[in-house]
Amino acid sequence: MMNRRPIYLDHAATSPLHPKALEAMLPYFTEKFGNPSSVYTIAQEARKALDEAHDKVASLLGARPTEIIFTSGGTESDNAAIKGVALAGRDWGDHIVTTNIEHHAVLHTCNFLEKQGFRVTYLPVDGDGLVTPAQVAAAVTEKTLLVSVMLANNEIGTIEPVAEIARAVKEKSPRTSVHTDAVQGLGALPVDVNRLGVDLLSLSSHKFRGPKGSGILYLRRGTPFTPQQSGGTQERNRRAGTENVAGIVGTAVAMELAVTEREKSAPRLAALRDRLIAGIEGSLEGVRLNGHRTQRLPNNVNFCFEFVEGESILLNLDFLGIAASSGSACTSASLEPSHVLLAIGVPVETAHGSVRFSLGPENTPEDMDYVVKALPGIIQRLRAMSPLAHQPR
Amino acid sequence: MYSEKVMEHFANPRNVGMIPDADGVGLEGNPVCGDLMKIYIKVKDNHIEDIKFQTFGCGAAVATSSMVTEMVKGKTLTEARTVTNKAVAEALGGLPPIKMHCSNLAADALHKAIDDYEGKGAKKSRESLYKEATSPDTGVRGGREAPPPAH
Repeated sequence: MMNRRPIYLDHAATSPLHPKALEAMLPYFTEKFGNPSSVYTIAQEARKALDEAHDKVASLLGARPTEIIFTSGGTESDNAAIKGVALAGRDWGDHIVTTNIEHHAVLHTCNFLEKQGFRVTYLPVDGDGLVTPAQVAAAVTEKTLLVSVMLANNEIGTIEPVAEIARAVKEKSPRTSVHTDAVQGLGALPVDVNRLGVDLLSLSSHKFRGPKGSGILYLRRGTPFTPQQSGGTQERNRRAGTENVAGIVGTAVAMELAVTEREKSAPRLAALRDRLIAGIEGSLEGVRLNGHRTQRLPNNVNFCFEFVEGESILLNLDFLGIAASSGSACTSASLEPSHVLLAIGVPVETAHGSVRFSLGPENTPEDMDYVVKALPGIIQRLRAMSPLAHQPR
Repeated sequence: MYSEKVMEHFANPRNVGMIPDADGVGLEGNPVCGDLMKIYIKVKDNHIEDIKFQTFGCGAAVATSSMVTEMVKGKTLTEARTVTNKAVAEALGGLPPIKMHCSNLAADALHKAIDDYEGKGAKKSRESLYKEATSPDTGVRGGREAPPPAH
């Protein structure tokens, strides 16, 4: 069943740059190379592009242009948001509330702040990966500077009730800032900062077919914020350093396409997702769908396959031209399997056998059928090789 | 990330399976860490006559298991003992550094299988010594009072 085009099913890791974004970016590497901070004409072209990108991104998020900070990506946005709010509020608070399924860009930043004397509450989630507004509100005290809950989980696709969480937090403690890592949400879910009621929001361009090395931090006007980079007055003194003009231009173009196409693309992806889930569940025993079955990103499928290890599955899928990812320890630099799978109660040895398929616009129903046809042979071959499959449970 | 040799062994692993009447079985690793290797050996005239493996683990875990079986099949137990995890990795053209500790345990599993075989052998000889020692013919000590052989 080889000899067909490769099937890319790792859009949650990164996505191909949209040709229109590339086209828009190119002049800013060459003839429009000027530094936006300079006064002459060639630089003013770059300045104009930067201003237009602020306007465009702001309108897509329901924000003001001055509330948009361009960064180097999702990780920087998360770092800037959490450290920025924490350090700005030291005089009145020392506490942060988050969940134990956040991206490491959030969790490791919180770990870092704990070492600086802040206290962090890591809320547990249920078996589907959900945290409730009541749970979050109960953890908030008069010392809570920040609540950070992701819009949708990058591994298991579960969508968190961020708008309800933000409302519950503000009711209990109006001065507590609310941040959401919306990196996986843009293009898949409506992302409007006022409907969500958040004060800070992180985005990463390459997840929605923009360029790598570009991201966005939305910072609501009036939110106490200490910038993490010193050295210049760029982005209204909130992010020092010469702007990545081409990246910012590409970000705005890709974001507009992703947001305007969402109403069409999201249901299409959800149908593909459900086709893949049904196909896998119908063709294999000992599989477990991770994450919420319905309150789920339209492009996320995540399964554990009992008795086999994730990297071995990925390598076999790759032989057949299928690109996916795993929460197995073997695919990370640590010996621990995915913290998200452990948090939703997946046994540790089963967590090693997880595979995430994340879908994108170029995927077709035939791609899903090809994966469904390919998987049983791979899993059965690996199970035949596995000492666990032969041990009584 | 992996050498061609690793991928070749991963795609076409040698000696996969189990030996139901194995003379020695060695288990190394831990499913919690994501790697578990089980090696079965059949021993004849102090040589590894047959060897099979079962592995739960990543590409490196499968390839090292396959490679170690190929390296020691037909060898004497003494020769097989000299094969190290490092030698297995080298025979595969190297492994990524992160895989050297967690997934490179196949030689350890083999050594445990040999230990298991020799342990069984030693136990047998202890039993026969015990029988000799307690038989009325040689009668060193009274058979009924003698303690059971140490395990």
